[in-house]
Amino acid sequence: MYRYDEFDQAAVDERVVQFRGQVERRLKGQMTEEQFKPLRLMNGLYLQLHAYMLRVAIPYGTLSAAQMRMLAHVARKYDKGYGHFTTRQNIQYNWPRLVDTPDILADLAKVQMHGIQTSGNCIRNVTSDPFAGATADEVEDPRPWCEIIRQWSTFHPEFSYLPRKFKIAVIASEQDRAAIRLHDIGIRIVKDAAGETGFEFWIGGGMGRTPIIAKKIRDFVPKAELLDYATACLRVYNALGRRDNIYKARIKILVHEMGLDKFSALVDEEFARIKGTVALPEAEIARIRAYFAPPELPVLPATSTAFEAKKFEDRAFRDFVRSNVRPHKVPGHAIVSISLKADGIAPGDATAEQMDLVADLAERHSQNEIRVTHEQNLVLPHVRLDDVHDVWQALKAASLGTANIGLVSDIICCPGLDYCDLANARSIPVAEAIQRRFADLERQHAIGGLKIKMSGCINACGHHHVGHIGILGVDKHGQELYQLQLGGSGAEDASLAKLTGAGFPPDRIVDAVETVVETYLGLRDGDDESFLACFRRVGMAPFKAALYEDR
Amino acid sequence: MKIVKEGAPVADTWTHVGDEAELPDGGAVIVSLARFKAERDALMGRNAPLGLRLASHEPPADVAEDLGRFEVVALEFPVFRDGRGYTHAVQLRQRFAYRGEVRALGDVLWDQIPHMLRCGVDTFEVADDFPLEAFEEARTVFSNHYQPDTTGRRTVFELRHG
Repeated sequence: MYRYDEFDQAAVDERVVQFRGQVERRLKGQMTEEQFKPLRLMNGLYLQLHAYMLRVAIPYGTLSAAQMRMLAHVARKYDKGYGHFTTRQNIQYNWPRLVDTPDILADLAKVQMHGIQTSGNCIRNVTSDPFAGATADEVEDPRPWCEIIRQWSTFHPEFSYLPRKFKIAVIASEQDRAAIRLHDIGIRIVKDAAGETGFEFWIGGGMGRTPIIAKKIRDFVPKAELLDYATACLRVYNALGRRDNIYKARIKILVHEMGLDKFSALVDEEFARIKGTVALPEAEIARIRAYFAPPELPVLPATSTAFEAKKFEDRAFRDFVRSNVRPHKVPGHAIVSISLKADGIAPGDATAEQMDLVADLAERHSQNEIRVTHEQNLVLPHVRLDDVHDVWQALKAASLGTANIGLVSDIICCPGLDYCDLANARSIPVAEAIQRRFADLERQHAIGGLKIKMSGCINACGHHHVGHIGILGVDKHGQELYQLQLGGSGAEDASLAKLTGAGFPPDRIVDAVETVVETYLGLRDGDDESFLACFRRVGMAPFKAALYEDR
Repeated sequence: MKIVKEGAPVADTWTHVGDEAELPDGGAVIVSLARFKAERDALMGRNAPLGLRLASHEPPADVAEDLGRFEVVALEFPVFRDGRGYTHAVQLRQRFAYRGEVRALGDVLWDQIPHMLRCGVDTFEVADDFPLEAFEEARTVFSNHYQPDTTGRRTVFELRHG
């Protein structure tokens, strides 16, 4: 993992001092709320329905045990004992007091964490593959590049007042576990014929009220030019992105309205002018890469007798392995996902005690590393197969052993009307009702991989556009109504979900989801055809018929 | 209003003139882009210092050929959220190697000053009661920075390697 040097530490410490001054000026009335707003936002502080909300960055989703313990400490000391992991590898605290926030950020700075640029119209926390450094299918670990981008984008003088927020995600494998095609810039690390690292750039993706899948703008940006090319993209956007309407201010609208070719030509012109401006010395790349050297894991037999025996003996463990455990690049190890979607818990929520436990397990069994996923779960990336059963037992005892990763109850969900200022409808209670309806794990496994994503308003924080089943809560004449969308994907086969038809009232939406699932089960071409594959084969018609015609 | 340069108020020798107003004889004036375009030849040949005022949607590229004529380019920030001026300042300094004064005016606030300085703004037109400590803080708030900027200071990426 990356460790701050004196420059990085000074930057976050100085930021805390600066923010403390800003809060003081605000509390003394020397600054209006309107003037304070962009400053607090750039430190992750929102004003929500009931209170302030603080969003803390977990850059590219990587946490150490000590950092996780600090997150638990913040939850206990300044909040109500829990935190909420978001879809962008951040954690949110829903109840901090304004006067405490400089102290919270000072505590976080002690473990090299911050809330910098987790909100505001700036370059946001860079996200990545939660399996980075552990999965066999990557061309290299993407995190050194994420860290380089994190540093370069921190307090960027030119790009702190962009037309709108700007999100960058980086992956290094074909399989996309970070939804790069739904980002303002998505980067996939590739290698050229000579084995040199380079970057495939995707631009102009995003969700919100106008969902658009990113377009590929460049096949190969050489590594020395990564930051120059990114600068060129941002500069064109900052100069030309719309500022007359915040709903049309994202880069996706600029690229869409201008056309990729024209946008790309402008970027190329600027890129040609500035090439070589952002010096990224080879020694610096090497320095940052060294922090991400793979942990020294012993090569063990690919099959663990103890692991196999436990799977044989214990059906529940077998289920857990099936959904939550994935192969590691080093034989004899596994990547273990921890579901934050237990029955009756708001998706992504974890208590301070659960955070502490995960920290302990990371220390004992996962090389001190934890990952946070954009699907609001946690990951222990480096677990010995021999230890997986023990880890699961410990997780289970803390209500963290739910075997539902990628299944119907592993729902992505925004905080909704229960917390959020923008929401039109509740989302957490609906997610919980769906989880209850499909509580039978055997049934979930029989249904197979199925991603439900739900948002309580058109801003789409719950990523409903890319749910295999997407649910959007709307407000129709004071009534909550839930629209159903099918066939979306945020992965390498990205697609936008299509609306089934009229929305459903709160007491009918769970039935509607079940109808969709049952329809799929009746149509699928064998147990191996996933919901998404089936939907793409048969289309919307049979689902529409089942939802609307039989009534 | 006062003009602040290097943290201290300085005398303002410039007059902003409206598009219809008469030019003071021999006086240093700042004109809008529209007026400059309309009266380009006369203004270029006028025997007095000339400054240009650019609205936030007017990139310096629009007057690239003539930049050498201006002793000051004033960038408008109509509202602090409108960050186009940062890019325009950088372009003035880097792309067009403009060496004259780059002045920020409009909704210039305490916490935006550090970024403006780094982008190449060197004077600020602010209200008379604007606190000067903001300029002091802007110079000291961050000891280093990750990105190259118009000040030419070495970046953290470079400092780490001697």
